[in-house]
This record gives sequence, C-alpha cells and structure tokens, in this order.
Amino acid sequence: MKYTFDFASLQEYWPEFLRGALMTLEMTAIATVLGMVIGVLCAIGRRGKRPWLAALCGAYVEVVRNTPYLIQIFFIFFGLASAGLKLPIFAAAILTMVFNVGAYTAEIVRAGMDTIHPGQIEAAEALGLSVPQIYWDVILRPSLERVYPSLTGQFVLMMLSSSVTSQISAEELTGVANSVQSESFRSFETFIVVAVLYFLMAMLLKFAFFLVGQAMFPRRRRLGTPL
Amino acid sequence: MGGSFTINHFLYLLQGVGWTIVLSALAFALGGVAGFGVMLLRTARSALLRRISFLYVQLIQGTPLLILLFVVYFGLGVVGIELPPLLAAGVSLMVYCSAFLGEIWRGCVESVPRTQWEASEGLALTRWQTLVDVILPQAARIATPPTVGFLVQVLKSTSLASVVGFVELTRAAQVVNNSLFTPFLVFGIAGVLYFALCYPLSRWSRSLERKLNVGRRQAA
Repeated sequence: MKYTFDFASLQEYWPEFLRGALMTLEMTAIATVLGMVIGVLCAIGRRGKRPWLAALCGAYVEVVRNTPYLIQIFFIFFGLASAGLKLPIFAAAILTMVFNVGAYTAEIVRAGMDTIHPGQIEAAEALGLSVPQIYWDVILRPSLERVYPSLTGQFVLMMLSSSVTSQISAEELTGVANSVQSESFRSFETFIVVAVLYFLMAMLLKFAFFLVGQAMFPRRRRLGTPL
Repeated sequence: MGGSFTINHFLYLLQGVGWTIVLSALAFALGGVAGFGVMLLRTARSALLRRISFLYVQLIQGTPLLILLFVVYFGLGVVGIELPPLLAAGVSLMVYCSAFLGEIWRGCVESVPRTQWEASEGLALTRWQTLVDVILPQAARIATPPTVGFLVQVLKSTSLASVVGFVELTRAAQVVNNSLFTPFLVFGIAGVLYFALCYPLSRWSRSLERKLNVGRRQAA
C-alpha cells in the first residue's frame, strides 16, 4: 500500500505543539527542583540515626523503583479523587512526577554520599563544624558533584516519562499530540513530529544541565573531571 | 458501578500478570538480540557504523517509549500494516530495549582491557574469535548486574502497552477499577503484584553487583 506523508497539514497545529512542549518543560523544571529536595532529604534520612525514618525512606525508594510510573499515576490521581481530593490535573501530574523522581534521586544521592570517606566526616567533626555544615560542605556538595551526570540523566529520563501523564489527560506534549492526531487524522506524522520534539528537548535539557554544572562546580570545570 | 473486590477480580489481575511476563520476555529476548547487534555496531571498526549506531541509540533514548509505541501502533496501522497490540507493544519495546541494552553492553565490552584485544591479535585470532572467545566471556560477568537491573525497567515499561489496549496487568487493573471504582485498592494490588515481580530482580541485581565488586569492596 502506498502512503504519502503530509507534514504540511500539521503546520496549523504548530502553536499547540509549542504550548505542549513548554508545558512539558515547565512540569520538568518544577519536578526537578522539588524532586531534588525530596531526594536529598530522603537520602539524609536513610543515613540518619533514627531506624524508623531510615526504614521509611528505604521503603519509599524501593516501592517507587519497583513499580511502574503509570500505576503510580493511577494510584495517586484516581485514588485521591475517590478519597474526595480533586487536584487540578497539572498539580496532580507534577505530584506524581515528584513522587517518582524523588526516589530515584534519593538513590543516586545516597550512592554519592557513600563515596565520601568516613575520615572526611571525622575530620570535619574534629574541626568543630556543626552538623548542617558537615552535611552541606563535606557530604552534600562533593557527593552531588560526583553524581551530577547520573542525576541529570535521571531528570532527562523523567522529562521523557512525563509523557505518561497524558494518560490522566495532562495537556503536555503527548496530550497535545493525542488531540492533534484525532483532529487531523495524521497520526503517523503527528507522532513523528512529537518524537523529534522530544529528542530536541532532551538535547536542550542535557545542554542546560551541562551549563548549570559548569556554573555550580568550578572545580569540575577547571579539571574536567569530578573529584 | 458496585460490587466488591472478589476472587474473580483477583484472578483477572493474575491473568494480567501472566501477559505482563509474556510481553516482558518477548521484549527482552527480541531486544537482547537486537541489542547485541547494536553493541557490535557501536564497537565496530568502521567509524561510519559507529556513528550511525550512536545516532540510533541517542534517538531512541531521547524519545519517550510512549511516543515510540504510538508511532509503531498508529503509524504502521496507517501505512497499512495492521499489528495486533501484543506485536505492536513487542516491537516498540524491542526497539527500546535494543538501544539501552546495546549501550549497556558496549560499556561492558569496552571495559575489558585493551591488552586482551592486542594479545588475541598477537595469537592470530580473528576479530570474531576474539570477541566470542576472549572478550565476551569477560564482559558477560560485568554485564550481568546491569542487565538484570534493566530487566526490572522492561517489566515496568510493559505497563505502557496498556495504552494501545493490550490487556496486561495495568490494563486489567484499569478494567477492574472501571467496574468497581476502588482505585486505591485495585491499583494498590496491581502495584503490589508489580513489586513482587520486580523487587526480587532488583535484589538479585544488587547482590550480583556486590559479588562482582568483591575486590573493590570498601571496609566501611
């Protein structure tokens, strides 16, 4: 069978694609910041001295990492709705993204913290640094510098998997693609265009993270390697 | 609406588990074969082949699996190749797996010391003999933990096949939920079932990693 590609008919939908792409980036940006906070707190909780908190954080990480994102979305979104809490879709989508990426971040940050030699922490204690100082200057900053590539890789993956939030009708890029293809009947072309857009967004995000890394870790910039 | 969660609903979910496993196995087997090819290309001597396969990996890793699934399912349907949901999901997961596994395995092959290649060349082994008899047995050891870890990823990814109407565990849970509307319970059970599949694999992957790192393990 012959099939003629017709990308031209998608031209009128260009503003909508753009809106969807921006929405995806916006969701990613918010979820990255919040996920980072949750992840760091959770990683600290797992190292802490309170066994119940460590167990709780550990359980959270394992549960999220061993169940599909789609199930998490349905559980949170429909679950909360059935419990009477109707979140706006945008907020619900971000909530699920944060819930998901927080656990992956926690695991990566924890791996980074494990690379800090105990002697460093003992030395900091001997110098009389306060606990927040030790956590920030001795543990967190060097370990974040070491795991920065895997962290940012995880955030790029999260941007890609945010496409799944279209299943609860979030109007991000994939959601837009679904409505465009049902209007234009050009599903093949639509999804090819969207695939290319996602690819470009992934490249853009990687580049942005690279720049942020250069600004945040001057030592990495000068030496070209982490610690 | 109405009724409560009965044993029949649970059996229906279990049937979904079966299809999830079938789809995962299919994706992993096909993706493994294709991934092996990708690995060969990524480590090929021709720079052109390396560059093309690099682009392929970047492209697949840079697009969401969901979009890949839509391209295969709707796209090929429009072109006139009507794929049943199982095959459409299998094909897109295969492509997805091939890019990730190919890249994982490339890393493992390249982590085998260069001198092994040189020594094999000194012994007049062909490139294929070197790969099969010298490099791969060593690389396979390194490759096992991340490959098992990726299997967890595959299992979770099969949940996306639900959007093209393939009745695996997630779709089954949706169907049950639509008739009962008890999302916490139904998706909770589905989550537990996924967890029961994935967690042992995660643990296995981690213990393999520990065994492999025995020489470099830190006395903490």
